Amino acid sequence: MRQDLVRDREFLLPATTTFIVLSFFIAVLLEWMPWRGWMLALRPDFVGLVLLYWCTHKPHRVGIGIAWVLGIFVDVADASLFGQHALAYSVLAFGGLVLNRRVQMFNLREQSVHVFALLLTSYSVYAIVHWQVRGFVAWEYFLGVVTSSLLWIPLTHLLQALRRPRRDPNEL
Amino acid sequence: MEDTRTLRFFNRGPSAVARLVFFSVLSLALLFVDAKYNYLESARQVIAVIIYPLQRLTAIPGEVWNGAGEYITLQRHLVAENEQLHLQHDADAALLNQMQSLQAENAQLRELLDVTRRADYTMQMAQIAYVERDIFKRKLFIDKGENTNVKAGQAVVDNGGVVGQVTRVYPLLSEVTLVTDKDIAVPIQVVRNGIRAVVFGSGNISELELRYQPVNADIEVGDVLVTSGMDGTYPPALPVAQVIKVERDPAYPFARIVCAPLAGVDRHRTLLIVSSVPPLPEPPAAEVEVDDAKRMKKIVKRSKP
Repeated sequence: MRQDLVRDREFLLPATTTFIVLSFFIAVLLEWMPWRGWMLALRPDFVGLVLLYWCTHKPHRVGIGIAWVLGIFVDVADASLFGQHALAYSVLAFGGLVLNRRVQMFNLREQSVHVFALLLTSYSVYAIVHWQVRGFVAWEYFLGVVTSSLLWIPLTHLLQALRRPRRDPNEL
Repeated sequence: MEDTRTLRFFNRGPSAVARLVFFSVLSLALLFVDAKYNYLESARQVIAVIIYPLQRLTAIPGEVWNGAGEYITLQRHLVAENEQLHLQHDADAALLNQMQSLQAENAQLRELLDVTRRADYTMQMAQIAYVERDIFKRKLFIDKGENTNVKAGQAVVDNGGVVGQVTRVYPLLSEVTLVTDKDIAVPIQVVRNGIRAVVFGSGNISELELRYQPVNADIEVGDVLVTSGMDGTYPPALPVAQVIKVERDPAYPFARIVCAPLAGVDRHRTLLIVSSVPPLPEPPAAEVEVDDAKRMKKIVKRSKP
């Protein structure tokens, strides 16, 4: 019971707009680092993860619209087709919004399983679009789903720790 | 009539499903337009300029790392490297002298034979700004764009050979598609015997495919392929690839020939853009061929009965 209360409080932590924007900014920068070869295949989808985090934790602040705009920027930077990332991120954000109540009931390890399913859907959308337009799929692309869902636990811990207010030194 | 709408305490705008449908349709429309037509290039360029500083920012850690490595290089290494470069320079100078005399001879012979001279082309140096982060594509970005007159379609080479082709030009950057990309084909010629063919990218960073060669084609492992210059895009005689595997299975109509690119497709930072390749003479109008074909048909018809 006590644990539940703590968890609820964790979900209700405040988040300033600056903090949300900054987290997306850093995620985009991480995504644009010069990844190569196998590192590129194993690269987690930082933007997707942060997006999913905010969609499950602050569903009224971050939604499908923001996901779509982020996707357009990533499309230009990656020189992919206009709307390819945008579509994948819209689907991801929708999954996060629909499951946000449900995901809150589970602990982090169980949440990763949900995250895995959602990311797999989003990755599949991207791959299907690519397959329709270009006619082939690189299967190692899907390795990113595994690394991304493994990153869910540390990422959530990090963002929660940053959102927690500084402990008042005068308190008891 | 009773109001049957569900009571909503908070106004949150349209539902999530409605939003998803709206943005999905928007994305699909953009996808369709982008895949079929070129209307969105200007929007792409505007966004590219906005995010350009951010992209340079992400490249800084790597550059700092390389810079630090160079700074710490020992003097011993530098001396050794300098000596080696001197030796290399002497050897190259001798070869260069030889080549100059050969070139003069070649020009003279061509004049005697009344063949047009091989035109010179100019090169423009560019640095790799950053490499593609999408696993599906083999592309990289270089730091020369519209500001230095780079045009889409120009070839990009390094000291080893052809790296790729400029496929899209932004105000400050250009996008280079590597020869290993699935969508790229380069017309080539085998150095050993002059066979002309087309080499295709395989999507794998270290492989190219020489397709549509008959099983008995005279191509062996170790053959060097150079550009034939027949397309007017690549200047002639630039090395492209070397054959590393030939499979001749009589069950298939074509031999399976795998080549390795000779350029350091993923090694260097500095590349050269080939500009002002002389345009090919205009091909004869297509209608003439149609007429010829018709005439041939008529002749065939006449000779049939």
